[in-house]
Amino acid sequence: MERFLAFVKKEFIHIMRDKRSLIILFGIPIAQILIFGFAITNEIKDAKIGILDFSKDATTEKIVNKLLSSGYYQLYSYLKDDGQIEQVFREGKVKQVVVFQEKFEINLKQTGKASIQIISDASDPNTGNTLINYTSAIINDYNSEINRNNLSGLRIIPELRMRYNPELKGVYLFIPGLIVIILMLVSAMMTSISITKEKELGSMEILLVSPLKPIIVIIAKVIPYSLLSFVNAVSILLLGKFVFEVPVHGSYFLLLGEVILFITTALSFGIFISTKTSSQQVALMISLVGLMLPTILLSGFIFPVENMPIPLQVIANIMPARWFLIIIRDIMLKGSDITFIWKETLVLFGFTALFIGLSIKNFKVRLT
Amino acid sequence: MDEKWIVEVEGMTKKFGDFTAVDSISFRVKKGEIFGFLGANGAGKTTAIKILCGLSRPTSGKVTVDGLNVYTQAEKIKEKIGYMSQKFSLYDDLNIEENIRLFGGIYGLSNKEIKEKSEILINKLGLQDVRKELLKSLPLGWKQKLAFSVAIIHDPSIVFLDEPTGGVDPITRRQFWEMIYEASSKGVTIFVTTHYMDEAEYCSRISMMVDGRIAAMGKPSELKKELGVRNMDEFFVKLARSK
Repeated sequence: MERFLAFVKKEFIHIMRDKRSLIILFGIPIAQILIFGFAITNEIKDAKIGILDFSKDATTEKIVNKLLSSGYYQLYSYLKDDGQIEQVFREGKVKQVVVFQEKFEINLKQTGKASIQIISDASDPNTGNTLINYTSAIINDYNSEINRNNLSGLRIIPELRMRYNPELKGVYLFIPGLIVIILMLVSAMMTSISITKEKELGSMEILLVSPLKPIIVIIAKVIPYSLLSFVNAVSILLLGKFVFEVPVHGSYFLLLGEVILFITTALSFGIFISTKTSSQQVALMISLVGLMLPTILLSGFIFPVENMPIPLQVIANIMPARWFLIIIRDIMLKGSDITFIWKETLVLFGFTALFIGLSIKNFKVRLT
Repeated sequence: MDEKWIVEVEGMTKKFGDFTAVDSISFRVKKGEIFGFLGANGAGKTTAIKILCGLSRPTSGKVTVDGLNVYTQAEKIKEKIGYMSQKFSLYDDLNIEENIRLFGGIYGLSNKEIKEKSEILINKLGLQDVRKELLKSLPLGWKQKLAFSVAIIHDPSIVFLDEPTGGVDPITRRQFWEMIYEASSKGVTIFVTTHYMDEAEYCSRISMMVDGRIAAMGKPSELKKELGVRNMDEFFVKLARSK
C-alpha cells in the first residue's frame, strides 16, 4: 500500500510541475465553458431584418411591431421595392426580409386571406431555418389572436410546448456536452499520454523490473487523472447550475455514479491506446483524431445522431460518448431515473469491459 | 543449489518468431563478483538481461536468480534485484530527494529507512546543496551516479547494470566504477553490460556474446593470455575476426 501511495504521489508531482498538462486539465475546461456559455450560442438575438411593406396599414404595422418586440429581431430599415431585397442580402445588411402584399388588411378582411413572404439568408442554413421558424411562430401567434375574437370559422389551433427546455436555451445543450468532452480529454487522452511517456523515457522498464505489479503501476497512474476528471465534471455541473442556471432534475447520486462510470470507460480507452503505441506523439494523434473529433462531431453533442446518414450513425453508436450524453441529458433535463437509462448504462459497462480486456491481452502479448 | 552461485543459466534460448536472439547459452555468476556481460549491439545482451530481470520469458532453458526460478518466481526475483539502464536515469521533473523517496517507497522501504538512506546517500555523493533541485538541472554524470545509488537502495543481492556509463565522460566513468567496487565490496553482485572494452578489464570475470552465443568466458587476464593479446580491445577484435 505504501508503495502504491509513493507512486500516486509521484504522479501528482508530474502533473503539477508540467505546465502543459495543467493547461489541459484546468485551462481548457474553463475556456470551453466561457466560450460555449457566453460567446458561442445558437440562439438568435437582434437579427437584422428588412421590411418591405406594400400595404402600410394597421394590421401590417401590428405584425411588424410584434416581430420587433420579440427580441429576436432588430429593424435594419424599411425597403422601398423588390430590387432592394437582393441588394441588402448581398451587402450582408440583413438576415431576413419580410414582405407584405398590397392591400394586406383589406384582403384579410374581405377574403380572409392575405400573404406574407418571408425571405431568409440561408448561406448559414441553421440561422436561416431558425429565423423562418421564429417569424412563422410569431405570425401564427398573431393569427390565433385575431381568430379568438372571430369564432365564425372552424380552425385548428396547435398549442406548442417545448418540454425540458421551454426557453430553448443553448447552455442546456452545452453543459452536458462539455462534461462529456472534458472527461474524454482528461481521462482518455491524458492517461494515454502519461503512460506512453513512461514507455518513451524507458522508465516503464524500471517500473516493471521493480516489485510493483504492472496492474498497480497502471492504477496508480490513472488515479490522479480520474480524481481530476471528477473534480472537473463537478465544477462544470456547479458552474452550469449557478452561473448558467442549468437544472439537474434527476438524482445527483445517480448522475455522479454515471460520471464515475464514464470516467472508467474513458480511462480504460486511454489505457488501451497506450498498450497499442509507445510514443506520446502517436498517442496524442490517436486521442485527438480517433477520439476527440468523433466525440465532438458524432456524439450528438452538436449534430443530432438521428439525422446522420446510416454509416455515420453506425460509427456514432460505437462512440461511448454518445451513450453517456443520452444518460447525462436524461438525468439532468428530464429527471430520468435508472429505469430509463439502464440500457445506455449497460452499453458503457460493456465498452469498459471490452477495453480493459483488450488492454490486458495486449499487455500479455508484449511480455512474452 | 550451490550457495556459491547467484545466477545459474543453462541452455537458455530466446526466439522471436524465426529469429533466435539468444541461442542456448550457459553461464554462472558467483556471489559478490563483478560479472562483465560483453558483446556488440544486437548480440543478444539486452535480451538476456531482460530475462534475468523477469521482464521477458525465455523460450527454453533453466534459469535461476538467487535460487529463484524465472518461470515461476519472477515476482520474488524482482524484490531481490536492482536494475539500472543507460536510457533512463530517474525522473527529470522530480528533485533528488523525491526520486530517492519514490524508489525507496516502490521497493518497500519504511519512511524511517528512506530518511536515513537519503541522508547517507546525499552526503556520500556530495549533493547537499542541490538536494531540492529538479533532476533535469543536473549533469548526466551525476544523474548516473545517483541512479546507481538508487538502484541499490534496497540492498539487493544482485544489481543489473545495462550500459550504465553510456555517454558519460571518462572521469565520471572512473568515479562510477569506484562506486561499483564499493558496492561489490559490501557483497552486492554486479552484473554489468558495456561496450567500452577498457571497462571489461575492471570486471572479475567476463563473458563475450557474439550472435546470440557466448564466444568466450573467464577472467580478463586469462582470456588475454589465451589469445596472446595486450588489452581487451585487441581481444575483442581477434575474437570477432576468428568468427
